[in-house]
Amino acid sequence: MKGKLEEPVISAPKLDMKMAAEVERTLSPGADGGRQFDMDDFDILDAEQGADARSLELKGHVGFDSLPDQLVNKSVSGGFCFNILCVGETGVGKSTLMDTLFNTQFEDEPAAHDVPGVHLKSKTYEIQESNVRLKLNIVYTVGFGDQINKEDSYKPIVEYIDQQFENYLQEELKIKRGLHMYHDTRVHACLYFITPTGHSLKSLDLVTMKKLDSKVNIIPIIAKADTISKNELHKFKIKIMSELVSNGVQIYQFPTDDETVAELNATMNGHLPFAVVGSTDEVKVGNKMVRARVYPWGTVQVENENHCDFVKLREMLVRTNMEDLRETTHTRHYELFRRCRLEEMGFVDDDSDNKPFSLHETYEAKRVEHLNELQRKEEEMRQMFVVRVKEKEGELKEAEKELHAKFDQLKRQHSDEKKKLEEKKKMLEEEINLFNKKKQAAMAAQQQAQQAAASATQTIPKAHKKKW
Amino acid sequence: MSSQQGFTLSGKQFEALCAAFETADVQKRGSIDVQIVPKLVQDVLGSSLAPSEKDAIRLRAESKAKKGVLYFADFVEVMSETLQTTTQWGKLTTTLSGYVGIDTLQEQMRKKALKRGFEFHIMVVGGSGLGKSTLVNTLFKAQISRRSCTNESEGTIPKTVQIKSVSHVIEEKGVRLKLTVTDTPGFGDQINNENCWLPILEFINDQYEKYLSEEVNVSRKKHIPDTRVHVCLYFISPTGHSCRPLDLEFMKRLDKVVNIVPIIAKADTLTLEERYAFKKRVREDLEFHGIQFYPMKSLDEDEEETAINQALREKMPFAIVGSDREYQVNGKSVLGRKTKWGLIEVENKNHCEFALLRDMLIRTHMQDLKDVTDSIHYENFRRERLEMHSEFAGPTPPYHEMGESNL
Repeated sequence: MKGKLEEPVISAPKLDMKMAAEVERTLSPGADGGRQFDMDDFDILDAEQGADARSLELKGHVGFDSLPDQLVNKSVSGGFCFNILCVGETGVGKSTLMDTLFNTQFEDEPAAHDVPGVHLKSKTYEIQESNVRLKLNIVYTVGFGDQINKEDSYKPIVEYIDQQFENYLQEELKIKRGLHMYHDTRVHACLYFITPTGHSLKSLDLVTMKKLDSKVNIIPIIAKADTISKNELHKFKIKIMSELVSNGVQIYQFPTDDETVAELNATMNGHLPFAVVGSTDEVKVGNKMVRARVYPWGTVQVENENHCDFVKLREMLVRTNMEDLRETTHTRHYELFRRCRLEEMGFVDDDSDNKPFSLHETYEAKRVEHLNELQRKEEEMRQMFVVRVKEKEGELKEAEKELHAKFDQLKRQHSDEKKKLEEKKKMLEEEINLFNKKKQAAMAAQQQAQQAAASATQTIPKAHKKKW
Repeated sequence: MSSQQGFTLSGKQFEALCAAFETADVQKRGSIDVQIVPKLVQDVLGSSLAPSEKDAIRLRAESKAKKGVLYFADFVEVMSETLQTTTQWGKLTTTLSGYVGIDTLQEQMRKKALKRGFEFHIMVVGGSGLGKSTLVNTLFKAQISRRSCTNESEGTIPKTVQIKSVSHVIEEKGVRLKLTVTDTPGFGDQINNENCWLPILEFINDQYEKYLSEEVNVSRKKHIPDTRVHVCLYFISPTGHSCRPLDLEFMKRLDKVVNIVPIIAKADTLTLEERYAFKKRVREDLEFHGIQFYPMKSLDEDEEETAINQALREKMPFAIVGSDREYQVNGKSVLGRKTKWGLIEVENKNHCEFALLRDMLIRTHMQDLKDVTDSIHYENFRRERLEMHSEFAGPTPPYHEMGESNL
């Protein structure tokens, strides 16, 4: 290259200039000591745009074709998680379908119908197949559709979904965060169980689905489909889909951008909503044990595609699109929630260099504000408490004083009375003395008188003695 | 984690916990000692836990323990939290009675990854003439970087360290990789090399900054372009003695910021004994100065990984010879350097350790390099950056979860 005679090289590489897309970014100090950036040209070749024209040819096997394997192995060793939300009226078959779908018995007591309001209960299980471990979180609605007034039925569901997004957002915004160990509870799929009336969607269904469609991937299914005949089912499905479309409800569409599954997904999209039958009882049909529901007039086999769409549901939900459901939840629904939430909190996208700070500053400022607010309230409450205590204390003291006063008074009265009584006693004693004296005096006088009389009569008795 | 409501245990799980608790509570006090909690958890799960997990469990138990003992309700809480963070549930796994199909998740994930394509950013640092560009070309078997001798028409040594990035998209068997190579001409070339690592450090932090500001946007892109440096190959000059002060300074400052892989350049100047001794001294030097190069010991999680990485660590720094010329040997075409005294085959494991480096970088640890960059280095950067401006350093409680009032 420098013009020297180089050794003849066998199969010399040809530098095909037009194939190499080179972009250089030079960082060098400017005259004033600052830095100049040649930024924009760092052309980010979006791999999704198919940058074939600008690729470089490799002369041999490098080995990065193992990258997908490396990625998959890492994910597998970390385990996956999947969260399903089952929305439907009590008794429509939610837990049975989950049991059927995952070939196991997630024990659960059937719910009662007299629950006062709608609430959600969630349980987490772990299942393993070959080397793939999946943490499965199933959330059921309890009491949905049971109330007389169903206006607020959708609210707990929306709150739950939002709460999971909120938790994730909180974790993401933390300064010291552990996103890799975070137990992701965001709802990846919502199975909406439509009761098989055969006519159309209930207004409760429409309202609920409308509220949920921007927050979660909704997959509507017709439950207990063995109660509807084939013709009715066909009409029912068409009616449901048209109602959903006319009400602007966005249900989850299976993705058709990957050629390998595009066709399958497209066909499946046409079969929505899936009419499913769930059962965990096994029955012998032919020479195999299959899961089925036995009626006097026949047996409905769960895994028979002519009988119901269970196989389609399982295929779509688990075997083909599970990863896509997770991705859509993260990139579409969560981002939407995050955007709304941050805007609500007052953040705005600006191109300042201080962006991370401004977000966190505002966030911190708000948090400080909130904290201060809380502290203030706490102080207030504390003050009030103190004041009340003082009041009460005062009252009690008053009462005490009163009691003391009363006691004193009584005591005084008592002593007064005692005095009086004593006086009286004294007087009485004096009187008695006086009386005694008088008595004595009287007696003495009497005695004298007697003596006198006796001496006077002593002469007389001589005369009287003869009488005896 | 405690703010995640709704994690109720199923009946079977609860029973297992009850049973385990009762067997552990020999004195029937209704409480168990904190020390035995990790072992108890391991028994309940029936699988062996990594030491880091055991520590985490112990911490949780200690935080909930009252006077060194744990009551049943607290034990259940510790268990729930543990179950949330791990997928190794062992005996508590629900058994399936038929094929469900969740193992197709691997395929699904692979398809999505293939469609998305991959990105990788490699940086080469070392004095000029050590063969950096040649090595990159050899690694990826393509003319990725032009040699600097063809670049600078003036032929002058640049006044300071320059940072030059080049991007290509290469494809192999359907896997598309956007490869970015950053070269640092001028490193270590001046008379006074103080602070020559600063531009490099700044460049790396700039990439983190770019990523952070994208991440923090209210409206984010679907896929944030990852221009962060995933690995930094540091070229050590084959003096045969030990590391030079510049080498140590650089690595000391950068090992907490980026994955560093030290390599011995132009190893064909060392005999095998010299090579072995040199490597040993370099390793000792690095250890003495507390420099952690990739793969880092502190990140090894399970035994398998530790074994593999330990074997690699013992062979590092790899002694490399690079070449993009091909010669015929025994009818095969090999890359090599031809000298008067012989032909050094680049991919021959007896001649040099290029193959080991390539295998580690590309065939086995590429994804791990990216993951470590994302979960460790980037998170460190983010934390420091946000803590710098926030007056409230340390873990901040979430927006709604406030401290308990003392009323």
